[in-house]
Amino acid sequence: MTGLPPPSKKKLGLVIDLDTCVGCHACAVSCKEWNAGGIAGPLTDTDPYGKDPSGVWFNRVHSYELEPVPACGSGHDATPAQPAQTLHFPRSCLHCETPACVTVCPTGASYKRAEDGIVLVDEDKCIGCKLCSWACPYGAREYSAVEGVMKKCTLCVDRIYNDNLDEAERQPACVQACPTRARHFGDLGDPDSDISKLVAARGGVDLMPELGYRPTNQYLPPRPRRNGASEAEADARGTAAELDAGNPLQRWMQRVLRR
Amino acid sequence: MHPALSVIFFTTLSGAGFGLWFWVGLRIALGPTPQGFEALGWWLLLVAGGIAAAIGLAASFLHLGKPQRAWRAFSQWRTSWLSREGVASVASFLPALALLKLLPQVTPATRIVAALLCVLCLATIACTAMIYASLKPIPAWRHRLVVPGYLLFALLTGGLPLLMAGGLAQRGFVALLLPLLAVAAIALVLLKLAYWRDIDRTPLPQTRGDAIGLPQRQARVFERPHTEANYLMREMGFVLARRHARPLRATALGLFGLLPLLCLALAWGSGDLAWIALPVAVVSALAGAFVERWLFFAQARHLVTLYY
Repeated sequence: MTGLPPPSKKKLGLVIDLDTCVGCHACAVSCKEWNAGGIAGPLTDTDPYGKDPSGVWFNRVHSYELEPVPACGSGHDATPAQPAQTLHFPRSCLHCETPACVTVCPTGASYKRAEDGIVLVDEDKCIGCKLCSWACPYGAREYSAVEGVMKKCTLCVDRIYNDNLDEAERQPACVQACPTRARHFGDLGDPDSDISKLVAARGGVDLMPELGYRPTNQYLPPRPRRNGASEAEADARGTAAELDAGNPLQRWMQRVLRR
Repeated sequence: MHPALSVIFFTTLSGAGFGLWFWVGLRIALGPTPQGFEALGWWLLLVAGGIAAAIGLAASFLHLGKPQRAWRAFSQWRTSWLSREGVASVASFLPALALLKLLPQVTPATRIVAALLCVLCLATIACTAMIYASLKPIPAWRHRLVVPGYLLFALLTGGLPLLMAGGLAQRGFVALLLPLLAVAAIALVLLKLAYWRDIDRTPLPQTRGDAIGLPQRQARVFERPHTEANYLMREMGFVLARRHARPLRATALGLFGLLPLLCLALAWGSGDLAWIALPVAVVSALAGAFVERWLFFAQARHLVTLYY
């Protein structure tokens, strides 16, 4: 049914920390591996060892260079200059509250679960018209030419409720695989959950909120870098004074504590 | 957006078919009772329109991954424009088939059925246009001229065959049709020029910074997420360069606008030339519609391209 269900209390989703993501692609690979089976599998791969490999992935990790931003303002409103930095950006389905990919589907194959808000594709009903992928601005849905149906992130619905797995493994594969703990999973509809508190503490944002899709997944922006220039100076000053200070251990401790 | 030939073929050919049905329905509903072989002519035109619409709809199946399940596409008309289009297009066949049985008698009941055909044809074309116009991630299609454009194309490409079949009557409906179609062609040229000017001038409403959740930062692509192309890049990554678009736009305008207008003027000025001018106009308008529809897809940029 492509009508949207009434908003559920439980809104399961991911929180992705753009500050700690190092772009290792472990999440993308573990997602691909988990979905070699399960409800969304096998994920399509054509000509994998040949000249023109092509395949369907649910999670894609982009890398960008952010341009430096000059300092602005003064006094306590001043924001320090932000240096140029590399940003790694995992992109996957945001399991939106009001997803157009659900409402445009002509067959009812695209649906949002009423109990936890996960958006899924019923591969038995999908006719592969690709309209849902046109409706998604985040590129969450990919068409499998081999199977003729649309594929998307399932939020590992076959892991999170799976009693055959250990308690600790009942989370999405990508969250479990991340080596820097840049991915988090939980109930974003519960303001007391760990994940909601994390979003509140770090100022998590929706992607392109003006489009009105109301994504559930939140992205945590990179923490502002401290003012690069003045810290380099302070370091230089400090170093000169510390050369006279006590033993090497004390000098080391002073440097670390000053940070 | 990647211009899928099956979808382009579908919207132009079916548009012409439903447009033809609209004009025939209008004539039956509002005009005087048929004289001589007129009713036979309408009958044949209804069949022709139906064949065009059916071939177009069949072509659209080529776009599907699982066409054998296409019957499911009628179920979600409450929310999906694609579903509504499916329902309306099949519904249009009902009054058309009824008219085939009712003709050559033109009773008030026949007129009502014909009027219903007109309404359903317009609804089908409007639903087709709304499939595209309702997609927020493709700002070029959110323009207010998209739905009128689809309707005018259907009316033009559907009306020219009726004119050709009806010959040039000195009075009556067919005599009105020629100037009406000329006005439609001019309106369509102006509409497309305005639409193209607007999409050329309007940048995407979101930036890459918006797309990655950092609207105040400028981001350059450092590394793509994958070394090979994927579905998203193939389907949404196609954007036509401006210098290629210009000659294609000129071609489209010439084919659906200028050449049909010339043919209409020739046919009106000298009835002798109508036998060659009108068929040329029919083919030219359909070809022009095809080129324009190709451009409609090729010049639309999807927001997901911001990530790449």
